[in-house]
Amino acid sequence: MLTGLLPKGFWTRNETLVAGVILAFCLMATLSDPLFFTVTTLSDLLRASIVIGILAIGAMVVLISGGIDVSFTAVAVFAMYVATRIALAVWPDMPWPMIFALAMFVGAGLGAINGLFIAFFKLPTLIVTLGTLSVFRGFLLTFVGSQRISDLPPEMRDFSRGVLARGTTEAGSFYSIPWSALALLAVIVLTWFMLKKTMLGRSIYAIGGSQESARRIGINVQWTQFFIYVYVGALAGLAGIIHGSVGRMADPFSLVGLELSVLAAVVLGGARLIGGYGTITGTLLGVVLIVLVQTNLIVIGIPTIWQSVTIGLLILLGTGVPAYRAKRAAARAG
Amino acid sequence: MANPDASPTTAPLIDLRAITKRYAGVTALDTVDFTIAAGEAVCLAGENGSGKSTLIKIISGVEQHTTGQIYIDGVKVDHNNPRRAAAHGVMVIFQDFSLFPNLQVYENIAYPSQLGARNRLFDRAAARKMASDVLTKIGVDIDLDTRVEALPVAQKQLVAICRALASKARLIIMDEPTTALTEREVARLLNIIRKLKEDGVAVVFVSHKLAEVLDVSEKVVVLRNGKKVADGNAKDFDTKSLAFHMTGREVPESAPEPLKAGAATLMQVEGLSKTSVFENVSLELKAGEILGITGLLGSGRTSLAKALFGLVRPDAGTINFDGTKVPLGDPVAASKVGIGYVPEDRLTEGLFLTQSILRNVAIGRLDNHTKGGLLDMGGLLSEAADWISRLKIKAPDIAAPVQSLSGGNQQRVSLARWLSRAPRVLLLNGPSVGVDVGSKADIHDIIRDLAKNGIGIIMISDDLPELLATCHRILVMRDGRITDELVGASTTEADLARRLAS
Amino acid sequence: MSGGPHRAPGFTEAPEFKLLIIAVAVFALMAVLAPDRFLSAQNMTSMAFQFPEFAILALAMTITMMTGGIDLSVVGVANFSAVTGALILTTFADPGLGTGDSLMWLSIALLASLAIGAVCGLANGTLVAHFGLPPILATLGSGLVFTGFAIAMTGGSAVMGFPNVVAWLGNEQLFGVPVPLILFAVLALLLHVLLTRTAFGLRVTMYGANPLAALYAAVDINRMILKVYVIAGMFSSVAGMVIMSRANSAKADYGSSYLLLAVLIAVLGGVNPYGGYGRVIGVILAVLSMQFLSSGLNMLQVSNFARELIWGALLIFVMIINTHGLPGLKSLKATPSK
Repeated sequence: MLTGLLPKGFWTRNETLVAGVILAFCLMATLSDPLFFTVTTLSDLLRASIVIGILAIGAMVVLISGGIDVSFTAVAVFAMYVATRIALAVWPDMPWPMIFALAMFVGAGLGAINGLFIAFFKLPTLIVTLGTLSVFRGFLLTFVGSQRISDLPPEMRDFSRGVLARGTTEAGSFYSIPWSALALLAVIVLTWFMLKKTMLGRSIYAIGGSQESARRIGINVQWTQFFIYVYVGALAGLAGIIHGSVGRMADPFSLVGLELSVLAAVVLGGARLIGGYGTITGTLLGVVLIVLVQTNLIVIGIPTIWQSVTIGLLILLGTGVPAYRAKRAAARAG
Repeated sequence: MANPDASPTTAPLIDLRAITKRYAGVTALDTVDFTIAAGEAVCLAGENGSGKSTLIKIISGVEQHTTGQIYIDGVKVDHNNPRRAAAHGVMVIFQDFSLFPNLQVYENIAYPSQLGARNRLFDRAAARKMASDVLTKIGVDIDLDTRVEALPVAQKQLVAICRALASKARLIIMDEPTTALTEREVARLLNIIRKLKEDGVAVVFVSHKLAEVLDVSEKVVVLRNGKKVADGNAKDFDTKSLAFHMTGREVPESAPEPLKAGAATLMQVEGLSKTSVFENVSLELKAGEILGITGLLGSGRTSLAKALFGLVRPDAGTINFDGTKVPLGDPVAASKVGIGYVPEDRLTEGLFLTQSILRNVAIGRLDNHTKGGLLDMGGLLSEAADWISRLKIKAPDIAAPVQSLSGGNQQRVSLARWLSRAPRVLLLNGPSVGVDVGSKADIHDIIRDLAKNGIGIIMISDDLPELLATCHRILVMRDGRITDELVGASTTEADLARRLAS
Repeated sequence: MSGGPHRAPGFTEAPEFKLLIIAVAVFALMAVLAPDRFLSAQNMTSMAFQFPEFAILALAMTITMMTGGIDLSVVGVANFSAVTGALILTTFADPGLGTGDSLMWLSIALLASLAIGAVCGLANGTLVAHFGLPPILATLGSGLVFTGFAIAMTGGSAVMGFPNVVAWLGNEQLFGVPVPLILFAVLALLLHVLLTRTAFGLRVTMYGANPLAALYAAVDINRMILKVYVIAGMFSSVAGMVIMSRANSAKADYGSSYLLLAVLIAVLGGVNPYGGYGRVIGVILAVLSMQFLSSGLNMLQVSNFARELIWGALLIFVMIINTHGLPGLKSLKATPSK
């Protein structure tokens, strides 16, 4: 039997549900537009997923630990803008790896501020990150600048031109896979390794499962939490600078507002608000679904003005089905 | 001693000398000595607030003692802390087991030892091997890959024990180890404890209900108000003498008055069933009757009680109240016809701890004190105050949060909430769990009084002396069915215990 | 019934007292920094016109937070109901219509938008109560859906061209008091009475303190949750109508910064985001502090962005004080592990 080969609880997993919806979406899209399922569409999808994907993996780590972060978009845009400004002011020809490192460093610093309030002042994570969302954004726009910079350091432009593969399909449409795809891959591998293979990663799951138990067996809960927010900050910095490079503009007004879509992707992927649960596969599937809806809704015959409704309904469905199932199971157990 | 390796000259594993602990002027422990050797089991008994949890915290390094000395393996330890205690093999298994529900069994067992070894990477293969070794060692078979949240309570406890062993425990302190277990599970636990002792592991049982573990213990230590009041060979203690030492007084109980002949039937339950929880339960309750329902944990007693109050929806059957059918699975409807339910776990189910005593009592009577949409505060206040004095609740201030009260007084607040609604049937689940012995007798008096006034009472309990002292009839449940019906006056504790477990 | 007729806790002990000090301090600071402009009658009036729209949203947030929930859809509901009302007005009420007819259509539009608010709230409540969704996710998703409906109905552009009477709601004064302020005062009083003087309000507070105990105390929880979210939805739709009147138009993405502001004010006002505690007076003081602060900063030529910065910083600062007290700032190590 097929079922015997599948991992335990396969059919009830969020991953399966989301993958099913993605498949159905693609099937419907291919039926209405045979050109949908092409390398071009896939490479477009990949390109659109990179920034959201990196942000989503960061947000997932926070959810696993039992917290929630809504400030990461502000961190990303702050890090991107500051790194660009510094590069332009100090050394316009700064190699892009240095600019990227700079952005990640700035992001990590902002993450440390979140971590300080959450781990050491023990404030609720939603409230802290709602607060820092506006603090970071306000600080950026007030003290750093509110002008869009389209004259980026040349190295950033070079980065955005770099491709791993490019070509033209038989149908004559153009496709390319940018360098930034490697960044997403690196983030995936690194985060997977940390979560699955290191004691630190397991303690993140443990804290999400029960903070009190984690403390009792000697996990340093405060420093682990602090690390999580620093890590997420660095990822946000990376996502921000990629966004700036690829968009060829350092726009201090961009990205903020995206946090709900990113969280939607993570939650669709099966991460739970109570903490302790979340997989990279699920998160990436969630990202793909959200990006599909954001970019290709029209292909399956739904006008773009219904995009917001569709994403909202997906969130309600993706979280509602497991929630309702859990409620029913609890009622049955007596 | 049970440990063959321990020579008489070896220093005890833990030796506390004249330990005193003060919190902001309050003396929680007063010059207490406590010694335990390898391979020994000690019962640490005491009521809530007797200082037993403080003592545990000092041994495990969570709290620092004010005066006195701690010797571990004969070496004086000046600044005990959790890490140091753990390094010496002192492990506490808390009542909630402190496991990680989202992680698998093997990781729960092996993770802390890898953490203790200061590993950077998590060695999954080693963890699985360690977990399966420890499980084999104590002779238990649990699937390594199951998430802990999916395990029944008894297995969770075993996982917690395995985790302590995997971390090279030499002393395992178990907080209230038997409360959540059925007798069969307790027997299995005791067998495992015997094995541990043979390997030289020392065990401390901390509980206010210790009769079950006296068998495997060498010593008993009883604390009362922070002082050690009794200390001796476990063979010299039994349930009664433990209770006497814990409370400092003998508590006589009077049997219930016989039921009036010709009392009307209040509630009639027919064929109540819920798949794999309880089956074909029928019972009848008369006005003024106290009906006991007992059974082991998992026998379906608590689910049945919840079903009678609508908290659990049965698949089949009917509940008739005074001739009218009560909708199933609807606590609001059940409470409207006059059924009340005082839950087992006061702290999480029964009370709103941060809210005032007044509000905790008044919550059931809000609609009756609403005039033109607004609450009559004066009416609520005087009614609650009346119940507080009738149930002799010792409270400094009716506006004080209910968490400031002692266990016995909290239970009375829980009772007062339902009594103020003038129920005609009251379901009491474990009415004296975690209540000191003095309050327990008072609560039994209140229950007998209520019955005298014509209220039908169903009491769910596994405290056999309590059932015998209060109930007219006792129903025994096993595997979801009612297997025996006994008349309270004609049975004995031994008979009841036999029927429960057989 | 803390704060009831018996043993009212000393007012200076109440958490709201700190807020009063903050509100007075901010007012005094602004009065000192920009005395002639900040203290002018014109500024007072303009402040009174500005804050009610987001203050009403904060009231909606407050009642959901009391149950340990949250309503992230308040802005979505406000815009959805405003767009509905606006479409009714632009379709049926020609700007040239007489006052009587215009008033009739305004009332119909108001009722329609209140009904939309109630239906949205009912949807939220159903998701939370009957389907067991965490409130954050339920209202995050539904907020997108409501906004999405507003976008779909308007194609994303603003709806405008109302009869003159519509402006009355947001811009006129009644006996010298701005109409939006009156609306806010009425709703605040209503919520205060609801929370402290009715059975429903007490149940909301107690449910927030311990949901399981509420179940065992035979509280009709599903019904109560439904009511809570319906009230939040209707309050949001009132805010939406005020916004519509002041902007003289309705659009799917108006007031997008108000969501943060509403959460901020509720938390600032001492409402426990985990449920079980919250007082309307605290929320009012928080609203006033925020308004004094932003008007004052406005006069000092501080940019909107700096205002956002200060709001966020204030939120975190107040949370630290509420959790740890002032000494908490000094001794980090002594924080309780609870």
